[in-house]
Amino acid sequence: MAIRERLSGNEAIAFAMKQINPDVMGAFPITPSTEIPQYFASYVDNGEVDTEFIAVESEHSAMSTCIGAEAAGARAVSATSSCGLCYMTEMLYIAASDRLPITLAVSCRALSGPININNDHSDAMGVRDAGWIMLFAETNQEAYDNYLMAMRIAESVNLPIMICQDGFITSHAIENIDLVETEDVKKFVGERPLDHYLLKEDETMAVGAYATPVYYMEAKRAQAQAMIDAKDSINKISKEFGDLTGRYYDLIEKYEMDDAEVAVVMIGSSAGTAKDTINEMRQAGHKVGLVKIRAFRPFPGEEIVDAIKGLKAVAIMDKDDSFNGHCGPMYAEVCAALVSAGVSVKAINYIYGLGGRDVKVSSIEKVFGELEKIAETGNVGETYRYLEVRE
Amino acid sequence: MSKYAANTAPDVKWKDLTRACDIYEPATSKTVETGDWRTMKPVIDWAKCKQCLLCAPCCPDMSIPVNAEGKREDFDYFFCKGCGICANACPFGAITMVKNKED
Repeated sequence: MAIRERLSGNEAIAFAMKQINPDVMGAFPITPSTEIPQYFASYVDNGEVDTEFIAVESEHSAMSTCIGAEAAGARAVSATSSCGLCYMTEMLYIAASDRLPITLAVSCRALSGPININNDHSDAMGVRDAGWIMLFAETNQEAYDNYLMAMRIAESVNLPIMICQDGFITSHAIENIDLVETEDVKKFVGERPLDHYLLKEDETMAVGAYATPVYYMEAKRAQAQAMIDAKDSINKISKEFGDLTGRYYDLIEKYEMDDAEVAVVMIGSSAGTAKDTINEMRQAGHKVGLVKIRAFRPFPGEEIVDAIKGLKAVAIMDKDDSFNGHCGPMYAEVCAALVSAGVSVKAINYIYGLGGRDVKVSSIEKVFGELEKIAETGNVGETYRYLEVRE
Repeated sequence: MSKYAANTAPDVKWKDLTRACDIYEPATSKTVETGDWRTMKPVIDWAKCKQCLLCAPCCPDMSIPVNAEGKREDFDYFFCKGCGICANACPFGAITMVKNKED
């Protein structure tokens, strides 16, 4: 039996953590993810979980705490945002290359400067090459569901995982949500499968070895394989989760794509706005669709190409900028996937929603309007565009 | 799979490495030859050596073995990087640094 509730995205993550009852949490507060350790600390204080909560002096130490705990054989979690995630960066790479399946909740927020506490994806995208599995949520429900699947996915390939949602937009907005019974959560998540770990009796172990040039590349190739394997793992565990809850997830979600002529590709909460836009525009006869990316790492290149290959025009939407004078990261990766597959689609890039800039139905309508123009004239024009910036 | 680091050689294939290059046995440093970094090498003149043992604790590695009788033995060139600290520490001029020659 599902439990009907109303929770903010942060509360939903903290509640999922409570249901899982991890061994260790190392966390340092930062807006807009502060509520996650805050709620969780009260669960610890009330004796509702027996997690060791380690209050640290920085995000660098929060991640270091998780690394030590996870290497010892524990299940470790943390939560962060924005510059907190940046400050963790060094240790994020260690977590991934040491193959420690840590779970990190990220309530995505812009990076300074100008100083800004609102949502975009600059923080998460900034660490996209750190070697972490990255799942993004459109809604509070998806953030909760992704979190329940996180440890299983991470532990199946021994890679850490980030569960990302949009700061304030879903982290603070209260939505209706279906919670899984705690007993079912515990059964689904289970115990961490362990082979080698520091606290294992009768086995001496060293973690974090030095690799000279003759070994380093082989070590990285092995790490790359884990990310390649993560695709199947996400699919398998998501299917199992769907069978339990009735909520099925893929690496990407296709919305009204069957007969779509133009579409947007995007990540996170704005996909919900895009769905509303599509519903309205379809009433007026526009063949518009959406591809929402749930798993950004591993990157579902083949799946995206398969979804957009027949389109007359597509807009890849980046809620951050690479500042390369060329395009955002999603555009770059989608285009790379198209070229690898030998598929050509007229594709433009929109940088949108930076620092909490509202993304409305009318905003997405403008994008579809531009795409229809490209479809009609065949003229792509400038591919690197900022959406609704005042000229 | 080369489970033991001691058996892992530079020709190991990526699939045969342990996960994250983790090491599942103790004292693997004993198997790593650091002596091949050496350009200069210490040589002892036993006629001058008084067995004062000032050199042994000065060695930053484990290249000056001391036996059960409390006497230093010849250098362990498997580890000796040729830093020359022992030659500096010796009050009797018993240790000379000479150019290391490839065997």
